[in-house]
Amino acid sequence: MRWINTRPSRSTQFALMLLPFVLLVVAYASGSAARLAENANDKLLPSLAGFADAINRLAFVADQRTGEFLLWSDTGASLIRLLSGLGISTAIALAIGMLIGMLPYLRALLSPFVAVISMVPPLALLPILFIVMGLGETSKIALIVIGVAPTMIRDLALKALELPREQIVKAETLGGSSWQIGLRVVLPQILPRLITCLRLQLGPAWLFLIAAEAISSDSGLGYRIFLVRRYLSMDIIFPYVVWITLLAVVMNYLLDRLRIAVFPWSELERQA
Amino acid sequence: MSELRIERVWKEYGDQIVLEDVSLTVDARAFVALVGPSGCGKSTFLRMLLGQERPTKGKILLDGEPLPPEPGPDRGVVFQRYSVFPHLTVLGNVLLGKELTAARYRARLFGAARRNALEDARRLIAEVGLAGSEGKYPAQLSGGMQQRLALAQALIMKPKVLLLDEPFGALDPGIRAEIHTLMKRLWHETQMTVVMVTHDMREAFTLASRVVAFERRRDRPEEKERYGATITKDISIWPPRLAGQSSIFSPDRDGPVASLGHGRDDLAPSGEML
Repeated sequence: MRWINTRPSRSTQFALMLLPFVLLVVAYASGSAARLAENANDKLLPSLAGFADAINRLAFVADQRTGEFLLWSDTGASLIRLLSGLGISTAIALAIGMLIGMLPYLRALLSPFVAVISMVPPLALLPILFIVMGLGETSKIALIVIGVAPTMIRDLALKALELPREQIVKAETLGGSSWQIGLRVVLPQILPRLITCLRLQLGPAWLFLIAAEAISSDSGLGYRIFLVRRYLSMDIIFPYVVWITLLAVVMNYLLDRLRIAVFPWSELERQA
Repeated sequence: MSELRIERVWKEYGDQIVLEDVSLTVDARAFVALVGPSGCGKSTFLRMLLGQERPTKGKILLDGEPLPPEPGPDRGVVFQRYSVFPHLTVLGNVLLGKELTAARYRARLFGAARRNALEDARRLIAEVGLAGSEGKYPAQLSGGMQQRLALAQALIMKPKVLLLDEPFGALDPGIRAEIHTLMKRLWHETQMTVVMVTHDMREAFTLASRVVAFERRRDRPEEKERYGATITKDISIWPPRLAGQSSIFSPDRDGPVASLGHGRDDLAPSGEML
């Protein structure tokens, strides 16, 4: 049989899915064990027990100075920033994207402008944001918005434009005004795309968040990583990275389930 | 129940002349089929009737009034594809016209108004043979069922003129025959004026009361740009057909057609798409 026609069974598929993760952990554990055997005080590749110890310290023991459980307070601070940034971006993208996609006048006005803005490297703007908005939450959220919103606007405008002309004409023959067509025909059809778009922007959003926190902050996941870097605390950095990844993976998964639950037709269309 | 008058209409895209000097009067309750080779501008002509495009020269009158420059509720349409909204159920698709007309800002109906509209919608859905599929999404319907839905959706507006752009072109022959019977019945019941673009001659002569052919009079490559298509044949079907008037002659091409109701079209599994 040709290779392109061989398919794994369900259980094989599951095993294959786990394999790279297991390999990664095994490779790390053996590397760590080798280094620790040579030097018991090695900090670069701590043992898995070292991680458990660090996680326990950060998640379940109150910090002596502030009385907070650092992992949770960091996570809370980061998530608030991330979610406000993404929320604002989503609202902006939905409004402007739909207008660009539907109204030729606004398309002529805004489309080239947004295209140029989306090319500005957001991190290069970070100093400006810090100077103008101060070092507080605003500048960090603003960085996420600036980094994420233009791409989302373009994506949604494109999706709104891609709707078959026939559908819009049909809605007009059903007596729809521009507002009604936006509300009942265009909006519901780009909402699933908005969720997908949000999922794709999770990566960049985390990137901008960590960057902003690394440079100036007093809490947050990115802040902690860059803080403990000074003490070579790999036993904290590694679990934090894993935790951030896990958060992103879970958000990605939940958003997709949300799309299927709220817009069942979008899944049907995809399968058709 | 409306008359369409097309007076010396030209359509040009830049240097390219697509249609030249087309004049046609479509009587009320007529069913006109537009036929012709592909690329002869019959779909362009239909889009002008729809208001999606404007003639370069000449005018189009609906009941003596110039046609508005954009599509509106007086002209219904069914396209070959994308005629129904994928995000609405069968019921939602048919209801949409009512909701857009009645609720200006929310575009949704509530309470008693909604119940009345629902009743109309359900009746129309049963009329086109989709009863029982009210809760399905278009992606779960076969091609034939989607076109039935598109018809119901257009008819709920009670348009003066129904425009069909190769509506049954993508359906296989058995399903097409069934939907032809349906189309005929709807035409008689609603007594509306119908203009249909088709490339299927048989379909044209089966359904229409009049068959109009578009063709380029000059079709040499060097002449293609400067000479558009125009009406070359205009055949009235005999014995005459008129919406709402029964004919004593057998109306259908394939002999007697079995009852509508539950044809094979309705049983098609959801996977069988266009």
